[in-house]
Amino acid sequence: MNKQIKSLNTGFKIVLSFCFIINMSLVYGQPLVDPLNSPSWNLVHKLILSNETVVFDERVKVIVPDMAEDPMNVPVSVNVDGIGEIEEIRLFADLNPIKEILNFHPGKIEPFIAFRFKVQQSTPVRAAARTKDGVWHVGGSWLDATGGGCTAPSVGRALDNWVDTLGDVKSRLWSRVDRPDRLRFRIMHPMDTGLAPGIPEFYIETLELKDKHGELLAHIESYQPVSENPFFSVDLESKLFQGIVLSGRDNNGNLINQVLQ
Amino acid sequence: MNILTKLSSPKKMYVHYIKRYLERSLLVLALSLSNLQLINANELDYKLVAESVGQGTYAFIGSTKYFSKKNGGNIANAAYIVTNSGVIVIDTGSSYQYGKQMRQYIESTTGLSIIKVFNTHHHPDHFLGNQAFKDVPIASLQGIVNAIDSQGEAFNNNLYTLVGDWMKETEVYTPTEVITPGKLTIGGHEIEIIALNGHTDSDMVIYDHTTGVLFSGDLLFHNRTPAVPNANIENWLMSIRQLQQIDFKYLVPGHGPVTEDNRAIKQTRNYLSWLYDSLQQALNDGLDISETFKLELPEQFQDLDILHEEYKRAVLQLYPSMEQAFFN
Repeated sequence: MNKQIKSLNTGFKIVLSFCFIINMSLVYGQPLVDPLNSPSWNLVHKLILSNETVVFDERVKVIVPDMAEDPMNVPVSVNVDGIGEIEEIRLFADLNPIKEILNFHPGKIEPFIAFRFKVQQSTPVRAAARTKDGVWHVGGSWLDATGGGCTAPSVGRALDNWVDTLGDVKSRLWSRVDRPDRLRFRIMHPMDTGLAPGIPEFYIETLELKDKHGELLAHIESYQPVSENPFFSVDLESKLFQGIVLSGRDNNGNLINQVLQ
Repeated sequence: MNILTKLSSPKKMYVHYIKRYLERSLLVLALSLSNLQLINANELDYKLVAESVGQGTYAFIGSTKYFSKKNGGNIANAAYIVTNSGVIVIDTGSSYQYGKQMRQYIESTTGLSIIKVFNTHHHPDHFLGNQAFKDVPIASLQGIVNAIDSQGEAFNNNLYTLVGDWMKETEVYTPTEVITPGKLTIGGHEIEIIALNGHTDSDMVIYDHTTGVLFSGDLLFHNRTPAVPNANIENWLMSIRQLQQIDFKYLVPGHGPVTEDNRAIKQTRNYLSWLYDSLQQALNDGLDISETFKLELPEQFQDLDILHEEYKRAVLQLYPSMEQAFFN
């Protein structure tokens, strides 16, 4: 009988020490329980954020529809509000065959970007925003999709004239009341993922926004999943509008260069 | 070993565990068998009951929700006209099962055979039951026949994902007869075929001059938010203007209850014009698509079923092409 009590006591001790460990991790470390419960969180944390310090933060708002109506064109917007200066925002989809979507360095403009991307299956869509202290603030949400967006050829491939318009830019600027001023631009480009049979990857790699003096305002590294003929929305003060230039390059070395208006 | 001390020997312990394991697996087996039986008995029965519209015309009124495993895809209306030489069927539902059950209902209640089937447009909730009417001429406009031919398979696959088992054995069966707009007489009924568009590239409206019943297809929705996956809103509004000229006694809309007044016309028209204007406004304000589908919706449309859901889909479906036009 005495022996049983003793072993019960040991059992309690074990349970208590477990509780203590869990408590400690809650108090001193990030619990790092992925709020989206993704099977690939550890992998994307390593691949995309190099296992650097991460906090899950609801102030990093990622807006995607519940259901990807068109897997070739899933709208996404990221807005970071109230966590200080943001050096970089990385957008990625845990379960996409190409997980990276886009890296945005907001520099002198607002930490907001919206565009469309391609998705292959249901996946968490996340944005990680890095503050000056090197911490990644991660937000995101699940996107439901029936799939097929990454392995399909671009629509433009079926037309003859996509070469004629390659790299063409159309843009518009809005000075707005009650809302941040806005720039929207569209670049003609197939943005092929390389996953459609017989069509090599062909996509815009870098984009830069510069003011009229040639000073860098913001830049973007984009990846294959960004949709064909991408459409970007960014927010910046209207005093920067005059003479703003968009330049960039695709993975074949084609250049983009245009004064926006 | 302390937990196990009450089991006096290892042999007893194993017997205990094996017994428990067997009991549990039997329970699981029994449960899954009873579930299976439930599925077979009830799950694939749409429980179709037609309501009388008047003067020998009947309609199967579907749910005003979106496709789900619960409703089995029974979200649209189908109808039939009983004539002295047989029955005319208008639209065949969303699956082979639906088509079969609908046909069985019609034949057993009327005692007549079906002499003609019409498809009002190429959306899957209106034609995927065609398979159950293979021995009957299925007629539609050229544009609809072509669209079923080219897009039917994709719609069919998509419905398998959305409603599951209900779709079993469903295959696309394209209409067998191309008809042209105009009047024809079937079984003593003077039937007018009207070719319009806007909900899709080709929408067929049927007006029975003999009974005054108008079958609008999906050009009109009643108490349900219009769906716009292949819509051209401007053309749709023009088509509605044409429908307003028809002096019908009863209207069987594509979705929602039968009506004798112009409620469905008003609802569809008001929603579509509002949708078009507000998307145009969003473009003019420089909004991105992900901001547009978050906009607040006016009070006047709160009566329409699945408003928020359908509005979001509408933005995803319409905004990109409006943007392209805006930036060209």
